[in-house]
Amino acid sequence: MNFERIREKLNILADAAKYDVSCASSGSDRANKNQGLGNASKMGICHSYTEDGRCISLLKILLTNHCIFDCAYCVTRKSNDVQRAAFKIQEVVDLTINFYRRNYIEGLFLSSGIFKNADYTMERLVAVAKKLREEENFNGYIHLKSIPGASDELMYEAGLYADRLSVNIEVPTISGLKLLAPDKKHEDFTKPMLKVKNEIVRYKAERKIIKSTPKYAPAGQSTQMIVGASGETDKDIMYSAVHYYKNYQMRRVYYSGYVPVADDMRLPAIGSQVPMLRENRLYQTDWLLRFYGFAINEILNKEHPYLDMDVDPKLSWALRNLHHFPVDVNSADKALLARIPGIGMRSVDKILKARRFRKLNWDHLKKIGVALNRAQYFMVCDSRHWERRDLDAEKIKGMILQTSTGKFRNQYSTQLSLFN
Amino acid sequence: MKPSKTLIYDGSFNGFLTAVFVAFDEKINVTDIQKNGQGQNGLFSETETIFTHVEKAKRVWNGIRNKSHNAIANVYFAFLSETEGVELMLYTYIQKLMATTLGKQMDYSDGIVLYIDQLAKKVGREKHRMEAFVRFQLTKDDIYFANIEPDFDVLPLISKHFRNRYADQQWLIYDVKRKYGIYYNLDHVEMVSLNLKEIHFNKIHKSDAFLSEEYDYQTLWNDYFKSTGIKSRINPKLHTQHVPKRYWKYLSEKKEAV
Repeated sequence: MNFERIREKLNILADAAKYDVSCASSGSDRANKNQGLGNASKMGICHSYTEDGRCISLLKILLTNHCIFDCAYCVTRKSNDVQRAAFKIQEVVDLTINFYRRNYIEGLFLSSGIFKNADYTMERLVAVAKKLREEENFNGYIHLKSIPGASDELMYEAGLYADRLSVNIEVPTISGLKLLAPDKKHEDFTKPMLKVKNEIVRYKAERKIIKSTPKYAPAGQSTQMIVGASGETDKDIMYSAVHYYKNYQMRRVYYSGYVPVADDMRLPAIGSQVPMLRENRLYQTDWLLRFYGFAINEILNKEHPYLDMDVDPKLSWALRNLHHFPVDVNSADKALLARIPGIGMRSVDKILKARRFRKLNWDHLKKIGVALNRAQYFMVCDSRHWERRDLDAEKIKGMILQTSTGKFRNQYSTQLSLFN
Repeated sequence: MKPSKTLIYDGSFNGFLTAVFVAFDEKINVTDIQKNGQGQNGLFSETETIFTHVEKAKRVWNGIRNKSHNAIANVYFAFLSETEGVELMLYTYIQKLMATTLGKQMDYSDGIVLYIDQLAKKVGREKHRMEAFVRFQLTKDDIYFANIEPDFDVLPLISKHFRNRYADQQWLIYDVKRKYGIYYNLDHVEMVSLNLKEIHFNKIHKSDAFLSEEYDYQTLWNDYFKSTGIKSRINPKLHTQHVPKRYWKYLSEKKEAV
């Protein structure tokens, strides 16, 4: 191993890959075969966390940062003056195996800049995965990037070796894409996505009949959208996310606050703040859609194209729909319990079990872990104390904000701080 | 009147289950269940020493498991927390579980049930952390070696994970605090105790037990750790929340920060 050269390449190519926020290693239960190396953990394992608090679970690198495209938002775009490097296939395999054996990682996340053309690049990515699986008997997690515009045959082969495949949409609207990535067509993104989705559906169906059907991308597909680069609304982003969840059966859509990497008239300037709070609110909305039984038009619609920044989307929905409340926690059904602000799905589950034994009061709920500072205005329980005043939405919001703190509060508070 | 007794067991999980068996069997009014050697006798209660009996322990294990799979996991996990006084809590928990007519349901409005559930969750979290934070270092004898110092006694819980995953390499995970380890010899996992002269941290304290190649990989990993972070998003509070400081000395990527 030429240590210094590898070290240099790793620094360049890991640095270039870091803007991909996904580092999930969950969703696959690939077992260890023939006393080989590795398996996949269904729930995923984060082996470390970066100093910005994101999970490190995979060796996330680019095969190369040479690229023929010139997408404005991307750090490896053709016109950007950065140092370029490329890994050999064997080098990626060695790094992955050696990191894996030391329990640093769950597997490999391999992406790439596009050199020559889409198929040529995709072929190299598949070759790495194939080598790991077939020559090294590696059963850990592999996440491959589907290169926009790659052919169906290559996408098919990729799914045979990888656990997850992903194409990053990056720009949620077609008009935004035209502006920021003029070389790419929307269809280039959706074509490989569709192929993989169809294969997953087909393999699943076959598996029902023949149990020994090999796995095909068992952890499904994911995608990522940049937030705050092209002036899109929260509604644009979330409706587009719902579209991908529904039509492409995405396991996850990631939202990545745009980190300015270029001086470009079309984009926020270098040094402007990363919209982390907005990103956070989008993830909260995503969770409400996937786990809490909300429909997207309840949260975002024509009248409300943006999410509230000062309160979470569930509370914001509840404040707009006070006629549903208060809810009696001792009799309401699961779907309704899940809609009370301050009660998460774990609490819902505990409440449902506990209330078979006795009627619950504030004390029980507090111990179970309900955030009463928010929940108290929206529920009644087995107690004579509950919010009897006829409060309007503004009033409730004010009282909740007064009795709570939030780490992003200083970003949107209009109140002047006394000691600054 | 039922006899009132403090039960003394040998500290093993089977020993504890035997104690539970005896308590149910002889209808003892249990005042406490204590580990051998750290007993504090109550003024007015007798003590009885329990001899571990695997068959009896198994009956209790099966009894709880038939009632609820979740409960047996909770009991085992909470036991491994080594919390003082957890045995009596667990005994009460098992009593409540056996008395309930509502099948598998858990009464989360009950203090003890909730406490045991939360304790088990803590141990589960520590188990998951150890599966993540173990950092193997390759010794000259071709064994992947790691020290750990977990809050709870989680080695028995993580052994299966590592056996399934690293089936083709010899590895040894050593609990520095409890002074025992688990070793996989390419066939099965066994418990070992070592006479460890020094704790092998990582590249800052180099040891000649490891190849120089080992330190190269640690350097690469540290570099990777640095380059994958995004500076404009830095959030130290969130970082330490995910990777609490007490684990840092065994993580090569955090060694410089200790």
